[in-house]
Amino acid sequence: MREPLVQVKNLSIGFTSQAGLVMPILRNIDLAIGEGETIGLVGESGCGKSTLALAMMGYLKSGLSVLEGESLFRGRNVFDMDGRALEDIRGGELALIPQNAGQSLTPTSRIGRQIDESVKLHTKLAKEQRRERVIELLLQVRLPQPEELLQRYPHELSGGQQQRVAIAMALAGEPDVLLLDEPTTGLDVTTQAHILELLRDLAADTGTAMVYVSHDLGAIARVSHRIAVMYAGELVLEGPARRVLKQPAHPYARGLLLSIPRLKEAVLPTSMPGRPPPPGGAGHGCAFADRCPMAEQRCRDERPVLEPTAAQEIVRCHFHERVEQLPPPEPPKRPDRSSLDEADTILRLDNVAISYAKPGIVDQILGRQPKVAATVDKIDLTIRRGETVGLVGESGSGKSTILRAIAGLWPPQSGTITYEEAESLNTSVDERAKDLLRRIQLIFQNPDASLNPRHTVAEILAQPLKLYFGLSGDELRERSVALLERVRLRADYLERLPRQLSGGEKQRVAVARAFAAEPELVLCDEVTSALDVSVQAAVLDLLTQLQADQRTTYVFVSHDLAVVRAFADRVAVLYQGRFCEIGPSKNVYRFPSHPYTEVLLGAVLEPDPDARPALAAEDVVDLFPPAKGCPFQRRCPRRIGDICDNETPPWRPTELGHAIRCHIPLAELGGMQEKSAHAVAAKLGPTEGIRAE
Amino acid sequence: MTATTNIEPVKPNSAFVGLLAVLLAMVSRPSGLVGLILVAFHVVLAIVSPAIVPYDFRELSAQIILNAPSSEHWFGTDNLGRDVFTRTMLGGRQALLVTTISTIFAITWGGLLGVLLGLVGGRLDELLMRLVDAFLALPWILVLLLIVVTVGSGPGVLIPTLGFFYGIPVIRMARAATQDVVALDFVTAARARGESRSTIVWRELVPNVLDVLLVEGAMRWSWMLLAFSSLSFLGFGVTPPTADWGLMISNARSFMSFAPWTVLAPVVALSSLIIGINMSADALAKALGIDRAQKAPV
Amino acid sequence: MVRLIARRLALGVLTMVLISGIIFVGVEVLPGDACTAYLGRMAQGKRLENCRRDFGLQRPALTRYVEWALGAVRGDFGVSLQGKTPISETVGTRFRNTLILGVTASMIGVPLAILLGIIAALWRDRPVDLWVSTTAIFAMTIPEFVSSTVLILIFSVWLGWLPGIVITRPDAPLFEFLSDIILPIVALALVMTAHILRMVRTSVIEVMASDYVQMAQLKGVPYWQMVFRHVLPNALLPTINLVALTIAWLLGGTVVIEVVFNYPGLGRLMVQAIFFRDLTTVQAIALILAALYVGLNLFADLLTLVANPRLRTMRTSRP
Repeated sequence: MREPLVQVKNLSIGFTSQAGLVMPILRNIDLAIGEGETIGLVGESGCGKSTLALAMMGYLKSGLSVLEGESLFRGRNVFDMDGRALEDIRGGELALIPQNAGQSLTPTSRIGRQIDESVKLHTKLAKEQRRERVIELLLQVRLPQPEELLQRYPHELSGGQQQRVAIAMALAGEPDVLLLDEPTTGLDVTTQAHILELLRDLAADTGTAMVYVSHDLGAIARVSHRIAVMYAGELVLEGPARRVLKQPAHPYARGLLLSIPRLKEAVLPTSMPGRPPPPGGAGHGCAFADRCPMAEQRCRDERPVLEPTAAQEIVRCHFHERVEQLPPPEPPKRPDRSSLDEADTILRLDNVAISYAKPGIVDQILGRQPKVAATVDKIDLTIRRGETVGLVGESGSGKSTILRAIAGLWPPQSGTITYEEAESLNTSVDERAKDLLRRIQLIFQNPDASLNPRHTVAEILAQPLKLYFGLSGDELRERSVALLERVRLRADYLERLPRQLSGGEKQRVAVARAFAAEPELVLCDEVTSALDVSVQAAVLDLLTQLQADQRTTYVFVSHDLAVVRAFADRVAVLYQGRFCEIGPSKNVYRFPSHPYTEVLLGAVLEPDPDARPALAAEDVVDLFPPAKGCPFQRRCPRRIGDICDNETPPWRPTELGHAIRCHIPLAELGGMQEKSAHAVAAKLGPTEGIRAE
Repeated sequence: MTATTNIEPVKPNSAFVGLLAVLLAMVSRPSGLVGLILVAFHVVLAIVSPAIVPYDFRELSAQIILNAPSSEHWFGTDNLGRDVFTRTMLGGRQALLVTTISTIFAITWGGLLGVLLGLVGGRLDELLMRLVDAFLALPWILVLLLIVVTVGSGPGVLIPTLGFFYGIPVIRMARAATQDVVALDFVTAARARGESRSTIVWRELVPNVLDVLLVEGAMRWSWMLLAFSSLSFLGFGVTPPTADWGLMISNARSFMSFAPWTVLAPVVALSSLIIGINMSADALAKALGIDRAQKAPV
Repeated sequence: MVRLIARRLALGVLTMVLISGIIFVGVEVLPGDACTAYLGRMAQGKRLENCRRDFGLQRPALTRYVEWALGAVRGDFGVSLQGKTPISETVGTRFRNTLILGVTASMIGVPLAILLGIIAALWRDRPVDLWVSTTAIFAMTIPEFVSSTVLILIFSVWLGWLPGIVITRPDAPLFEFLSDIILPIVALALVMTAHILRMVRTSVIEVMASDYVQMAQLKGVPYWQMVFRHVLPNALLPTINLVALTIAWLLGGTVVIEVVFNYPGLGRLMVQAIFFRDLTTVQAIALILAALYVGLNLFADLLTLVANPRLRTMRTSRP
């Protein structure tokens, strides 16, 4: 085996707390990366993966220091190198593609200049040649019209374009190793898929090695030859990608894979109990022992070391041979859905249009409405009591806008929203009766922002209880404790402040707060999108339980198709604020689909080494809906002509009980889509179909 | 990924413990310690000085004018034969009284209005902010002088005037801080629940802008002292024969060349108080985790 | 972009109109009127009547306001109550004098402050920074009259290098003022530098901690190149507005400095006018000072608009 390009040897990194204790962020990491290979570094928040990637460049965030070990690049320890030597290799032989490209590009400097800076630092080209090289790089990352792009500033580009620029900048020095720190976080599903394909192709063409850091196993599966799994600052498993994804040899990796929802089945993912230990809190034994289904006393007393296995992996577990034999877990019980058909209608939206555009001064004087197309338009939806309806779409799809209209935060401009066929919800919050407000509750995406940092959990729960039920004193406290129990938090959490809770725990408190009102309709706005995947599984499970107990109706908004598949009974797909398709989830995920659904499904990344995305549409972002016709007209790969631009497509019902809004007749659409799927399979080799046949 | 990785250990949470923690953080830095000591010293001095001064501050004596410091008159005497030490000890009383009350007044009304505007927004907000901008353009000293001259001086006029004018920049700052908070989901959650506006202001917004207001309050206090002593210096603040540092400095200017003690004593007293307040404000800001120097003085 | 500039200009004009209204109303609201204030104890009978007639005070307020405002735009501020001389004459020279003070102090103070602020930030928490920051705090917080007095004490009384009080006539040609203005400029510049220094320091420290500066480091950009190309443009841009605001605000403080040094500027004239209850002059001075403030802010906003790429390329409405 040739000398590895990057070799991490027994590296531990940590910081010293105010009390003088040493708190490790990384413990005894051993990792080697050879030429041309791509390693996926996966783990959840706080596992130290970003710290490790940056350490490979010799970079430590302020306050951190190397406790032991070293990180070698071409045999030299990066922590022993001086400033000049580091400047040489950084951006040159070892380049970083950062997480948030938008914030990592200097706002006052033009794109061309920033890339040129990298070229100048790491090559010996003259000025004219450098310009050509910059254009070449922009073309390599598939950015159109590079000459024009050179003159732009970072804020003038979309998220996907910014990320491509960051990639181009990293490639400028013709690096041997690329470090990628969550490069697709925050990008749309389709954009993400395109960027990953680009990275794959680049790696193959240039022979560059890659270290791909991410929490998203789907993305990792797509690009990696080998996968390294991290937990609580330790490397717990490393091996060939296929092996790790199909037959993980560590119980944490196994648990992680099981907690990811899959498109194939409508099964809720299984969650792992507990939460990872804080830095310095791992104790003497295995860091995972508290949560492990096969933990024994030895695990708690003795920390396991990394051992090689027969299948070319290394594992940190005393009993790794037994992992294969663990029985498949009981999937969480789905509540009985048979009674749904007879349930009464709880919410109805009729031809609802919502617009954010406010008339400007001139318009106000002339008394007319602004001529911009409404953000959300022509929404018809009927929801029965006790069902879960998923609203799926990318950014700009208007899904959150609809929720806010239902909640009364931004009433619709036209159309009606009716509650229980009796009360109108076209009102704003100020105009609604307290009891109506009580019955409809909202849960938000970001638990850090949705809880008042100055209130204790007790105060947070007390607010709805006081407002809607007038409770106080002992009764209030009893009810609060009961609520906490329902979300599986101990009573002593009442005195805690949000900053003393983990992300998952905060979200549970948010759920408890919503359910304190004893609502009938709960609006969930991307409630799991900001959580780690294993935590997401737990929250979904919790929501399912609560629904079973109380027959709550959910409107569940998400951009994650797999989550919606697992959680929702019916799904509506939105594009630019208009419906494309709506129906029972299992049918929406089959052919025929609306062309946009087809694009979305094609872009989904499953943690499956054999799955391949089918990229149909271009990676272009639509900023606003078209004035008339089908909302997808500008990107649709199956556009048939002017009719798509001018006429609103009709609803076409299928025999499977759902409807698609398209000008193409269904039989034809279904036929075309199946042919494409087969063509993809034929070109790329056998794949396991994501769709149920 | 936004799940927190640095989860704080669980400690008892109460307002008192929080206050103590802030104070401790403040004195852990040398600047904070010095600042607090200076402020405390002056406040105590202002309160007890009438009881402990050796002479009557008004006592004139033609024989001992402009005497250098001696064992009888530690800081010497001024041009009217009055004991400088006594007058220096008493010199901060009016200033501290007026400025403390005005500061509280300014922070309260400016803060509340700012929070309300930050929450409500809309036309009212735009209109009032235009007015605020216009007011801020007026040279403050001119306005103060004008009011004092026409209406009269003395605490009865100065407190409301200073309180009103120095409350205006507080509106701006409180509004900006509130707008940052209003953007967060927990405020939207409260609105969606149907909480009343006053509940939202008091329960959700104020606790989150309080620390910014406190630091601002400390800074306002020092600007007020500056304004008050400038007014006295110009002859428009305190009426003689009241002892006041600004007035003392103004009087002493003519005799600076041969009787510097008449100027030095009040200069040191005034400066030490203002520096003390500023250092404390800085330490408070750091203890609360606010970066403050970014903002302009107004 | 042009739209943005036009909007900003319109806003400036609107603010000035508002201010002129406030000033006028403010003076009207004060007990009595210009004549009773000026004449004081002698404000009675024939004298009062004559005074009022001379100044047209019996006419309705709105008429007087409009006449005054329109006159001001043309540079005619009416007549001083004291000497019945046109205000624009007296104010003109004083304004020039104050402007010399302010402009010179700014030209020295601002570049010095920026330089020191950057140095303090780059060598943060080291001895250089501690010295500079502490001195800045002292200079900032001590009232101008105190620092001016101390300066006089040191440089005029003890060392005898410079005059402590200005005795040159107000309308004397510039070069006669040269030795007079050194100490006042130092006093003003001291405060200005201290304020601006702190802002620059904070801004630079903030930018040094940003993602894009970290990225530049990880690209292998050498330290000083990073400072000049990535840090400074981003740190100094937001300070433009703050600098303007500070300067404008400090102009209010020149009053005290002028009084201490007896410098014949606008501020000292103002104190005199107030003392003599010459309300028409006071109104005029207030308007001028306010206009200066608004003008400075406008300039800063426009400068920022031009220099900030984000604002330059912003579209004011959706296509």
